[in-house]
Amino acid sequence: MCENCGCGSTAEDTISVSAGHDAREHADEHEHERGHGHHHDHEHEHDHDPGHDHSHEASHSHPHSHETASPDSSPAEGAEARRTVEVRRAILDQNDRLAERNRGFFRARGLLVLNVLSAPGSGKTSFLRETVRTLAPQLKAGVIVGDLATDNDAQRLRETGAPVVQITTGTICHLEARMVARAVGQLDLEGLELLLIENVGNLVCPAAYDLGEDLRVVLLSVTEGEDKPLKYPPMFQGADVVVTSKIDLAGACGYDRDLALANLRRIAPRARLFETSARTGQGMEDWRKFLAGQSAERKTRDPLGPEL
Amino acid sequence: MESALSLVLDQARQAGARQVLVIRLRIGALSGVAPDALQFAFEALAPGTLAEKAELAIEPVPARFWCADCRREFVSDDLFAECPGCGRPTGELRAGRELEVASLEIE
Repeated sequence: MCENCGCGSTAEDTISVSAGHDAREHADEHEHERGHGHHHDHEHEHDHDPGHDHSHEASHSHPHSHETASPDSSPAEGAEARRTVEVRRAILDQNDRLAERNRGFFRARGLLVLNVLSAPGSGKTSFLRETVRTLAPQLKAGVIVGDLATDNDAQRLRETGAPVVQITTGTICHLEARMVARAVGQLDLEGLELLLIENVGNLVCPAAYDLGEDLRVVLLSVTEGEDKPLKYPPMFQGADVVVTSKIDLAGACGYDRDLALANLRRIAPRARLFETSARTGQGMEDWRKFLAGQSAERKTRDPLGPEL
Repeated sequence: MESALSLVLDQARQAGARQVLVIRLRIGALSGVAPDALQFAFEALAPGTLAEKAELAIEPVPARFWCADCRREFVSDDLFAECPGCGRPTGELRAGRELEVASLEIE
């Protein structure tokens, strides 16, 4: 269940990961790729290990509480004493740890990974399809796409010839690091330089879930109103890049560019800004140059070096 | 809330609790979490667990920003943090995204 809105259940069986027909066959050939899933399960058990340690500590403290209880009092009365347990643990802790593991895996491969977020209907899929299609001669990209239901977006993206894995989240309104780890296991990573993760269309909850990406890219179409960044601050505050999409429609919907950029600057003063149209190709050249530059930096960096 | 509750129940079991009375959460102003939604989710999930009678005590954590130009920290309630010194916006958040279980009262 999402911490923010209380949607869905994160039980594994409600989430399906599909690499489509061709890619699935491919995954069957590569038992290694499937092995990722098993590896993931093992890691899960490791994650629980610190918990076991705690329980050892807890059992050590048990004899103490028995000692303090008088011989007359029943053990039940001793156990009923009101106590405070200090926890001090972040609720998203587990997601953050899995996200860091994803990040290490991506880094070691020199892969540039983008988490692409927006409201439903801002044009993520068209933008990514054009990005993948026009970058193809320069940079080999793969896509992971998250939706509540259907693999329509994955099919649209597969038209580019790029490897695409669809994550169907059921009722969950966001992607989590764990889902991405599973999806990556289905993706043919050979030669891949850029991984685009299209998050579920939602400007609220996905902001809280790190997936292990290098850059968080938030799309905002000109039809959504200039004040949207002010209405959804956490999403825009966390953005490394903000893309104003459907810029070809700016005139038709009376888009006030100055106001929109001023609002963006208030909430995301350091984000890189792009203005694009997937339909006309406007602004896409700048975006591609930016990605090529980012990718080149990642291919040559020391995986253990500082954040770029 | 599901992972919050499982964290709470793990900790309560390890401490040998018979039931959880209070769950203290620290929620940052910019965590994106609506306390009402959290309460609603908690009420949906808690029945049948050690925490079914627990009260959720939410401690809000204000958003604190850092202005690199003035080298000062400031608290902002409206989420568009402009430095009170220089009036420039800053994106550097030092606190306010917290989403954590602080402590439990158990018996």
